[in-house]
Amino acid sequence: MSMELGAGTAALGVDSGTPTLEARDLVKTFGHVVGLSGVSLRLYPGEVLAIIGDNGAGKSTLIKCLSGALTPDAGEILLDGVRVNFKSPVDARRAGIETVFQSLAVAPALDIASNLYLGREVRRKDIFGRILRALDTRGMRDDARQHLQALGIATIQDMSQKVETLSGGQRQAVAVARAARFGSKVIILDEPTAALGVRESGQVLELIKELRNRRLPVILISHNMPHVFEVADRIHIQRLGRSAGVITPQSHSMEEAVAIMTGAVQLKNDAEEHPGDSATR
Amino acid sequence: MVGGGGGAGRPRPVVRRGRGPAAAAPPEQNVGSPDKDGALVMTALLEPIGEVRAHDAPVARLQHVLHRHPALGPASVLVLSCLVFTLLNHRFINPLNLSLIVQQVAVVGTLAIGQTMIILTAGIDLSVGAAMILAQMVMAQTAANNHVPGVLALLLGIVVGALTGLLNGFLVTRVKLPPFIVTLGTLSIYTSIGLRYSNGLSVYGSSLPGLLTWTGHFINIGSFQLTTGVLLMLALCVIVSYALTRTAWGRHVYATGDDPEAARLSGISTNRVLLSVYVVAGAIFGIAAWILIGRVGIASTNNAVNANLDSITAVVIGGTSLFGGRGAVLGTLFGALIVGVYQSGISLAGVQSLYQILAEGILVIVAVAVDQWIRKVRR
Repeated sequence: MSMELGAGTAALGVDSGTPTLEARDLVKTFGHVVGLSGVSLRLYPGEVLAIIGDNGAGKSTLIKCLSGALTPDAGEILLDGVRVNFKSPVDARRAGIETVFQSLAVAPALDIASNLYLGREVRRKDIFGRILRALDTRGMRDDARQHLQALGIATIQDMSQKVETLSGGQRQAVAVARAARFGSKVIILDEPTAALGVRESGQVLELIKELRNRRLPVILISHNMPHVFEVADRIHIQRLGRSAGVITPQSHSMEEAVAIMTGAVQLKNDAEEHPGDSATR
Repeated sequence: MVGGGGGAGRPRPVVRRGRGPAAAAPPEQNVGSPDKDGALVMTALLEPIGEVRAHDAPVARLQHVLHRHPALGPASVLVLSCLVFTLLNHRFINPLNLSLIVQQVAVVGTLAIGQTMIILTAGIDLSVGAAMILAQMVMAQTAANNHVPGVLALLLGIVVGALTGLLNGFLVTRVKLPPFIVTLGTLSIYTSIGLRYSNGLSVYGSSLPGLLTWTGHFINIGSFQLTTGVLLMLALCVIVSYALTRTAWGRHVYATGDDPEAARLSGISTNRVLLSVYVVAGAIFGIAAWILIGRVGIASTNNAVNANLDSITAVVIGGTSLFGGRGAVLGTLFGALIVGVYQSGISLAGVQSLYQILAEGILVIVAVAVDQWIRKVRR
């Protein structure tokens, strides 16, 4: 509490128009334990919003609410300005919110193409597909190859390679590519670099930048400050179940971010609790 | 992976697309890819994923090939065994002997097809034999004693098989019990129901409608003598293989066995997949009962006493992983044939049959050990 830092939301340049994803005053308690006590956040088209916070700050609870794994006790979630109610991760996924969980959610023994299409397989258009329900394996493989190449995960020849033979970074790439695949509106990445080596982390960060280039908004949960500061446009700081403010890599340093995260410093001008524009209200 | 001393402590590497001056590239970029002869140009964001690594050691390459084609291992064991047994006794390769092997394999092979589906979901079914015997007794009793028409008796038997699967599947998916425990229990339950229902009495083939013994009819193909039961097993093998490899349902079966959490997060209703697998497998056990009646010519609770474990043996030797998600029905067919070939070959070689049992045991352990090794394929 020794000093105060200004958030400088005016300088962000993304605070305009309807947020792709907005959370308003989310509350979630587990018995006596308060997970979230009135957290709001906004994710605008084409931005990478990082969520940082200490253990127990409510990061996981927050994204579980956004991805449908938990239902908030109070508050609302809006997707493209429309209120949504997710009862399961499948609901959220259908609405266009794709989450890449820390556990990756890929089937290791299935090949890359099968993983990209898992749960959304495409059948052949001909009689085999209609009557015998045959899958369009070749079509899915061709499509998967084009998709991965378009994302810059280049020179992949063999979509029939099993995912378990890939390195950690490549698996992460497949998981992210799948999330970016099916007309998704928001991609949530939960600690995507936590289990990766230095070089592989760099590759995943490049992939996140590529998603931003495609105007696909990304929520990135990470403990790794250098990674956050490399790719994030804005940084939402969670502290003790509340939003401690939103900063940008330009407005604040890593040390300041950590100070806010740990409560050593309080952010004066909280962008999320006092939104600059009232257009969406 | 990171071997470059200078680069290990950096907060993040500068991984660039396109080319950069060689001096600017962090040292760890070329560590681990010695084949790039020092040219520090990263033309791609990620390393080629699908490329066959030609510099791998032959053993590692073998591991990769077996990993990709799970039926290849059992197929080569089958061919090799046939060669060895032919050398030991040339009568082994006689078409009539080979035909006999295939006929003997039909029942366990059919059971093993259903067992494969269940093991692919990381489950196991110890009740397959009991379910088959129950279905068999229902078919035979309703036809012989209640004078139900053959078609109806057959359908009743298959439905009973499907119901045994439904109960197993219900206990696994709803009551959340481990498949091993569930089927250990239902093994006894189905056995006792079968005994109670039949009063321990056998039904002779002569008192059964022709349809129920039809699976024992001989069909000559060239100098081979097969039965309709064998063809039925092969047809089932093709159908199940198609469903598992060419349809979305099949992908979901593999995904559920591989990583249920991942499958669920992908929007797959894993409980529905599991339940469908147990029910379909149960119906297949009903069909196995039909093949059994034709093969033995009598419906008795004493038939096929070792069927439970034999079916698991065939699946395991066939290269399907007990941990789920990896394997193929074709491999299971080879696995069942391998067991049949050993039975025949060892007796033809004039060796005591106890060595056949010994060989089977060793094969199972070797098969699982090889599976463990194959699963270790990692970059």
